[in-house]
Amino acid sequence: MKHTLQQIFRSPKFVVGFSIFMAILLIVLIYPLFITDSPLKIIGQGTFFPPGIYVSAYDSLGAPKFTLNLTDAAAKRVADKLGDQERADIRDWLVADGIPETEIDIHNTEKLLEQWAQNYDPNKKIPGMTFAKQRYYQRLDESLKGLLSKEGAIIAQKNTETGALEEAEIINQTDYVNIDQVASVRVLPLGTDNFGRDVLTELVAATRTSLQIGLVAGLVATLIGLTLGLLAGYIGGTVDDIINFVTNLFIVIPSFVLLILISYSVGQESRGAFLVATVIGLTAWPWTARAVRAQVISLRNRDHVNLSKLSGHSIVHIILTDILPYIASYVIMALILQISSGILAEAGLSILGLGPKTTEVPTLGLMMNWAMIYQAHVQGRWWAYFPVLMTIALITFSMNLMNTGLDQVFNPALRD
Amino acid sequence: MAVHYLTVRCRVKGYWKYFLNKLGWFLVTFVFAFLLNFILPRLMPGDPVAAIVSRLAQGMSNASGVQAIYQQYADLFGTNKPMLEQFFLYVRNVFHGDFGLSFSQYPRPVADVLRASIGWTVALQFPAIIVGWLIGNTLGALAAYLKGSFDKILMPISIFISNLPQFGMAVILLVVFAVNLKWFPTSGGYGFDLLPSFTWPFIWSAITHYQLPFWSIVLIAIGGQAIGMRSMAIYELNADYVKYSRFMGIKDRKIIGYVFRNAMLPQITGLALSIGTMVGGALVAEIIFSYPGLGTTLLSGVMGQDYPLISASTLIITMMVLTANFLLEILYGIIDPRIKAAQAD
Repeated sequence: MKHTLQQIFRSPKFVVGFSIFMAILLIVLIYPLFITDSPLKIIGQGTFFPPGIYVSAYDSLGAPKFTLNLTDAAAKRVADKLGDQERADIRDWLVADGIPETEIDIHNTEKLLEQWAQNYDPNKKIPGMTFAKQRYYQRLDESLKGLLSKEGAIIAQKNTETGALEEAEIINQTDYVNIDQVASVRVLPLGTDNFGRDVLTELVAATRTSLQIGLVAGLVATLIGLTLGLLAGYIGGTVDDIINFVTNLFIVIPSFVLLILISYSVGQESRGAFLVATVIGLTAWPWTARAVRAQVISLRNRDHVNLSKLSGHSIVHIILTDILPYIASYVIMALILQISSGILAEAGLSILGLGPKTTEVPTLGLMMNWAMIYQAHVQGRWWAYFPVLMTIALITFSMNLMNTGLDQVFNPALRD
Repeated sequence: MAVHYLTVRCRVKGYWKYFLNKLGWFLVTFVFAFLLNFILPRLMPGDPVAAIVSRLAQGMSNASGVQAIYQQYADLFGTNKPMLEQFFLYVRNVFHGDFGLSFSQYPRPVADVLRASIGWTVALQFPAIIVGWLIGNTLGALAAYLKGSFDKILMPISIFISNLPQFGMAVILLVVFAVNLKWFPTSGGYGFDLLPSFTWPFIWSAITHYQLPFWSIVLIAIGGQAIGMRSMAIYELNADYVKYSRFMGIKDRKIIGYVFRNAMLPQITGLALSIGTMVGGALVAEIIFSYPGLGTTLLSGVMGQDYPLISASTLIITMMVLTANFLLEILYGIIDPRIKAAQAD
């Protein structure tokens, strides 16, 4: 046993797969210890906030101010509001307004803004301009106001007695706050999803559920497949004929179709994660059964089995001590494959709208389903679907690598 | 001459046996799939007719009016009859190509909804799976034969790609080539401003819409097939007959011909067995592209609680897979000489 383990861990493929899988497992186990939020808690009002550090604007007003004289601050502020696109748009408007193009220099910020301020009239209708474009210029005009001013922004407070606004504080352009001293800062490494939930927290919880689904599905499938395969292979005769018939039947009838029919029949209400996993397992066993049967048939007439039979051991005893150990390596490999295909099956079902009930747990498939329904991929909200896809791919990839590694250890003919 | 004639007759007879055996098996699986297909959706809790009626009768306060509508729908779909009677009704209707009326797209018949989508699915999936199988096997065989850096680069990529779910590949292709590069349209089977017809703009539009779903299926198939073919070919390359042929001084090219022919045979069986899974995955990929095939139809059936539609789509999908399987096994019997020999004994 020790020797086999040593050999397994000397296979580079297995080690790579094992490390990736363990890393995923560790993240899934450790992350919830630090971030204890419920994964399905809606924190954002609105859809798909991009990843980043969110600093409370209110709290940063109250945080201690530091004066930093940075020369490029003004330039950055201007560049943020007035990019190449905006400059070109301003030129277009001014030209349409009747100013000769030669008089406009879009790289001279000061002059450009001056011309804009003098000539722009939000109510002027330029022939051929769509309403949307007109609105765009109005918004642009708003955002450009006070862009070049050197004054600070005034914070006003309402006087409770008179109701008048009184100046409370001036925030200068050179004022900075230290992000560590702002009371409320939330890091959203993967932004929020379509419902305004933290994608990373959700992803970790979903990975956990999907791994559980895969494990349950894999165990159910392997257990059924192993039992039927052992019975068919060892007992033979009519039992074998019947089991073999059923196995062959379910191998040809696409399991995906059965999965859809059963999941649909069960109904949305009672379809929990555990039930979906069991259903996946119930449709995935034929492969294992067929392979185990073939292996057992080749073992059935070996000398040590015959010897055991002559010694009067019971069938259960023979199967447990003389047959199982010989096919154990194969069964473990089959289990690994079943787990990874179980995770994929759940994802496929969820995209079809037949996934687990949505109010309790996120799964990788459900996250994918939500992202697709809200068109995250078309809108370019990569953080809502890409990490999910990568997680699915990494899990199945790592499991397949482990499997290939094991295969090479147990079947020396496959070694490179 | 006489001996030769006899062996040929034996072979033909052997093949007939094989063919009849496979045909019988095809029919048995078909009947069984048909039964499952009828029974499973009808075990669903809740009453689909009540669901439609409540949707239709919104705002109706007259209880007897609602009852009348309910009765009318229940008669229409036959849901108020005993199970056995429903079954015979179903069998008769299916053989007349009548799958009843769709719940969610009432009063459109299910057969009509499906007729529009089967063509798209067949035209998309089967060419894609065959092309993927061919390219994948060629690459896998090359990797086994050339070894070295070709193998070292191709294999990890193939393993990673074949582990991506079909819909994952679909999303990636969609985002890269349709959303970012804008080379292809993002969704649908043809431009939304066109009607299906044999005109140049429509055909061109259908071709551009076809590319991304097609390649998303092909790429996944390539990955899986290349891995299988590589290990098969490595196994064959180490076989005794290869070593023996080398000792005999037979040319490399000829040996490789034998090796690939032998490695190819299990790959055909492999395709027959995995075609169900491939079709399942490709159906989900269709959904990502809103391709007007069976996958998208199935989704709308699930969303609309439309069990005639779901049951008919799954039946058609099963039929497609079983037929493809049957055809592959027939082909296999023709190609593999061992089958004729084994059956003739």
